[in-house]
Amino acid sequence: MNSDLLLQLNNISVVYSDVIQVLKGVSLSVESNRIISLLGSNGAGKTTTLKAISGLLKPENGKVTDGSVLFDGATIQNAAPEEITRRGIIQVLEGREPFKYLTIEENLKVGTATRWMKPYRKDLDMVYDYFPSLVKRRKTLAGYCSGGELQMLVMGRALMAHPKLLLLDEPSLGLAPLVVKEIFRIIRRINREQGTTIVLVEQNANMALQIAHYGYVMENGKIVMEGAAEDLRENPDVREFYLGMGAGGTSRSYKDIKSYRRRKRWL
Amino acid sequence: MDFFLQLLVNGLSVGLLYGLSAMGFVMVFKSSSVLNFAHGELLAIGAFLFLVLSTWARLPIPAAFLMTLAGCFVLGFLVERIFLRPLIGEQLIFVIMLTVGLAAIFKGLLLFVFGGNLHTYPVFLPEGLALHLGAIYVPPVYVASSLTGIIFLVLFGLFFKFSPQGIFMRSVADNQRAALSLGVHVKKVFALSWAIAALVAGMSGIVLGIINGISVHEISAIGLKVFPVVILGGLDSIGGAIIGGIIIGLLEAFTGGYISPSLRDVVPYIVLVFILLIKPYGLFGLVEIERV
Repeated sequence: MNSDLLLQLNNISVVYSDVIQVLKGVSLSVESNRIISLLGSNGAGKTTTLKAISGLLKPENGKVTDGSVLFDGATIQNAAPEEITRRGIIQVLEGREPFKYLTIEENLKVGTATRWMKPYRKDLDMVYDYFPSLVKRRKTLAGYCSGGELQMLVMGRALMAHPKLLLLDEPSLGLAPLVVKEIFRIIRRINREQGTTIVLVEQNANMALQIAHYGYVMENGKIVMEGAAEDLRENPDVREFYLGMGAGGTSRSYKDIKSYRRRKRWL
Repeated sequence: MDFFLQLLVNGLSVGLLYGLSAMGFVMVFKSSSVLNFAHGELLAIGAFLFLVLSTWARLPIPAAFLMTLAGCFVLGFLVERIFLRPLIGEQLIFVIMLTVGLAAIFKGLLLFVFGGNLHTYPVFLPEGLALHLGAIYVPPVYVASSLTGIIFLVLFGLFFKFSPQGIFMRSVADNQRAALSLGVHVKKVFALSWAIAALVAGMSGIVLGIINGISVHEISAIGLKVFPVVILGGLDSIGGAIIGGIIIGLLEAFTGGYISPSLRDVVPYIVLVFILLIKPYGLFGLVEIERV
């Protein structure tokens, strides 16, 4: 156990609409100032895990039915998102979700909701420093901005809240490779300079494991593997199923192996 | 020509009030997708509250006016808190039926207390407020209603554009999930939009009461004109509500003046049907921003 533990999920189960069980006992712990990456196929429960932390399950009729979520020493499972955000957890939603009819700068101002009435000039400058391409768009309606700009916008919007813990849900979704690189570079910079702890859900496992310190792999609502990012990168199963390489390290051809012969070892 | 100008002025000032009261309606719809069928009753409550404070309690007019607005604000807040908040997350049809029920309750209470007769305010607007533009005479009520209308519009415009609360309200209307993820108090935003809606409705109620006299049926029927107004302007556009209000006000004035006074109250609904046939999103209804 590390004394620097910021967030701890103890064996949580999440059920939607009282019947659909999505998480079946997920435990993970996040140390301060780290980047943790959460990998897994579609429907594995990554987004649900994030929502269980941020409290956004509630509006979707989901509930943590078992286990506990500890943040900074307090139990926060099933608390209202208004409360959780004020404790310092901000989730950046999958698919960006900007306020389309607000300008870029107004979007950023909404990020100050957890501490409104306090001055935010400096934070705006900070966000524009991280995301210089937003500066010239500040008066544009967010609905007319490009996908890359929107991803930067929603991350900047979350930064305005001074989060201790930032939950990023698929920041690279649908972006050009160069933009993805840029985004990941900025994520790393935010983590270093602001000391923000980050939980990163990604399909782009390669990029995610490059910037993360520690990683978890989820499947079917459970954590099936965890380890330091370097170890995960070297793990043959992860290489094969998430990094798209053969166990030997060369990229694999379907000619060589009948894929059904090799199964994921954790199943 | 003079007759035309006279109608124009009357139509504009009444239309501005329609627009203002429709603005409250649109705000509630935008933030919580609830169609408020009790909107007309909110107008009537404002009008009667002012009647009580100004004639029965004999408060000075400005004090009575401000207290009525404050009272309406609190009422809107309470309505949200007591009746609507428990229904958050339920199907929208239940919430809308609830507002129908609220309308009946409010109307019943008002009828019970004040009866169905026509009440009037004492004349308090100084004749000096009247305008003489050439041959046109603008009565003090219309001057006062235009002035308050414009002042309120400017105030709310500034509020929505620049104040943090205004921006939060727009963010909830825009994308509720994202607003929630950033810690915007969505429930507070709902409460505030009901409070503001009741406030502007109450204000319109007072001025319409001065113009037409106050009777429960009459004023709540006028309140229902928000439907043609917002359908014309576009259900989710605040600017559209105001322009829609002005257009309906003008149409009423001209129909009443040139065609037949009895047709006056029907015209908005004829417009409603035509707009629904031709342009169901209204003149200024939001066209979804689609990135291509």
